[in-house]
Amino acid sequence: MRGPPSPCLVIEDDTEAASYLVKALGEAGHVADHAADGESGYGMAAEGGYDVLVVDRMLPKRDGLSVIASLRAEGNTTPVLILSALGQVDDRVTGLRAGGDDYLPKPYAFSELLARVEVLARRTTPAEAQTVYQVGDLELDRLARMVKRNEQPIILQPREFRLLEYLMKYAGTVVTRTMLLENVWDYHFDPQTNVIDVHISRLRAKIDKEFDTPLLHTVRGAGYVLRADG
Amino acid sequence: MARASSPARLRLFRTTAFKLAAIYLAVFTIFAGFLIFYIAKNTTQIMTQQIRETVNTEVKGLARLYRNGGIVRLTHAIERLSRRPGASLYLVTDRSGEIIAGNISFVPSGILQDPNPELRTIPYRRLDEDREFDEHVAVARVFNLAGGYRVLVGRDLGERERFALVIRRALVLTVGLMVVLGLASWLFVSRRVLKRIDSVAVTSRRIMAGDLTGRLEVTGTGDEFDRLAESLNTMLGRIERLLTGLKEVSDNIAHDLKTPLTRMRNRVETALTKAGSEPEYRDALEATIEDADQLIRTFNALLMIARVEAGSSDAQFADVDAAGIAADVFELYEPLAEEAGVALNIDAPEKVPLAANRELLSQALANLVDNAIKYATEAEDGPSVAIAAARRDGSVVLSVSDNGPGIPAEDQGRVAERFVRLEESRSKPGAGLGLSLVSAVAHLHSGSLELSDNDPGLRAELILPADRGDTERFS
Repeated sequence: MRGPPSPCLVIEDDTEAASYLVKALGEAGHVADHAADGESGYGMAAEGGYDVLVVDRMLPKRDGLSVIASLRAEGNTTPVLILSALGQVDDRVTGLRAGGDDYLPKPYAFSELLARVEVLARRTTPAEAQTVYQVGDLELDRLARMVKRNEQPIILQPREFRLLEYLMKYAGTVVTRTMLLENVWDYHFDPQTNVIDVHISRLRAKIDKEFDTPLLHTVRGAGYVLRADG
Repeated sequence: MARASSPARLRLFRTTAFKLAAIYLAVFTIFAGFLIFYIAKNTTQIMTQQIRETVNTEVKGLARLYRNGGIVRLTHAIERLSRRPGASLYLVTDRSGEIIAGNISFVPSGILQDPNPELRTIPYRRLDEDREFDEHVAVARVFNLAGGYRVLVGRDLGERERFALVIRRALVLTVGLMVVLGLASWLFVSRRVLKRIDSVAVTSRRIMAGDLTGRLEVTGTGDEFDRLAESLNTMLGRIERLLTGLKEVSDNIAHDLKTPLTRMRNRVETALTKAGSEPEYRDALEATIEDADQLIRTFNALLMIARVEAGSSDAQFADVDAAGIAADVFELYEPLAEEAGVALNIDAPEKVPLAANRELLSQALANLVDNAIKYATEAEDGPSVAIAAARRDGSVVLSVSDNGPGIPAEDQGRVAERFVRLEESRSKPGAGLGLSLVSAVAHLHSGSLELSDNDPGLRAELILPADRGDTERFS
């Protein structure tokens, strides 16, 4: 059944949702396979070769969390994004404890899922341990906690530093507002007003304003991306 | 009638009171029997001993009398002694066996022929009682005197027998009285208990039938039934509140979710029926997604509130610093406030340790700050919002005050209810769930949300107990 290794495996029992996901991921450049139940999903994932697994929590034959737990027990470290209709804080904690890397409550926006899949896919490439991030002429030293652009030092507040650090870590990848709220502020709720936008515009004022080429871009309907090439 | 009453009687036998009464009855009967038996046995022994001593003393006295004064004085003395009321028994015979003196008309013939220093129990008839059948029982001793005379001295056992009879009667009476009293108290207790239990059963059937307003009767005596009824009533109250809440939620879901759903449906329908250009379709779709997102948000908020209000036991409590939580929320909203032209301040100078769910508490505080900033923008001079975290009288108080238009005092209690949005705020975004979530979070932490006039503006205080009693939530 399986063709050449493809980067994504979607384990989801709702065939309509799954075919939409596979199609949309494919259009975004992530060829995806599909498994309709926990058993076959586990079998395909255990063979390896995937960059990211997208796993629904409630599956026929075998539930998503047990699939993940088995994979982890076998030393399979493929990043996993858990999809769940439950979506409460404590369900999220259970999901991550079972070995999931990220958690997305249903219903979700595809842009949100795509951004998370892309960030997870990048985890397989070992760029983690870098101490200095560089995007164009912008440089962030994680140990010295220094930011420079075009050799000019930029003074950032601690939170702004963490925000920029996250954006630079996943430079070139779109990150959503929710991802920023989760990873930079460690909040998992939905603030009624979009507070992140204001933080971004403050950061933008510090790193982009006095320079010719903007690095921090807004992606409409999705989030933000830090990118050197326009 | 008998048929109608028999199940009721059966019910009486099946009660705990009956079992207890039966056990107590058995125990006390055994105890009373033992006591009476013990007393009777000891008393009989003592009485027999006394009789024996009396007889022996009299025998010695009579023997001395005979030695000193011969048969004449002896018979005289015996005649005199015999006539005393309640006297001992005496009989003197001569060598040939003829009766010389005494108060006995009949003794079994062999007794006098067999002189024996031992005391023996014998049947006898008194001289003054001529009826043949009137035989008594006595203990007696026979002794020989010089000259062939024989003397019998005895004592009637009637006293001892009467005493034994009294004891037997006492036993029967005691046990009988005990059975009667036991049955009576069992009936009384069972009826009383059954009455209370029946009232509980009636009330619970009423509740099961759907009438949640039913409460168990509290008699005010403060007995164990009252205490049970009180705690059950508290439980029923909580269940009723929860169910009412649930009903309100479904009513409100119907209202507040159907409206945007209808709007969304209309928009899609309009876009479909009217042939438009691609940008027009795109606009309609984007607006639809926005509507859907808003719906999801409202739905999530509702679920969240329901979950928090149900006091979900898996809410994870940890030791947190309330001042730190306030500072983080301040930091999150500070740029937004600045952009809105609101001066956001924080007053949380020192650590305020608290056992809480950081996520929920942050969200509650964020909701308050979000609201405050929205309303502060309407302030006449210098819009400002202040966040504070402090300890006050054993409580941790997280407060958010603004100088906006505030909430009229009569509405302050109402705004924390779900979906309540005061008329003036209908124009602002938000589903009217913010404050109810804050209130639910406060309750989850065994605290409360209090709104007061900040003159001008609104002051919202989350008052949480600094030291939570139940420690199991920390795990």
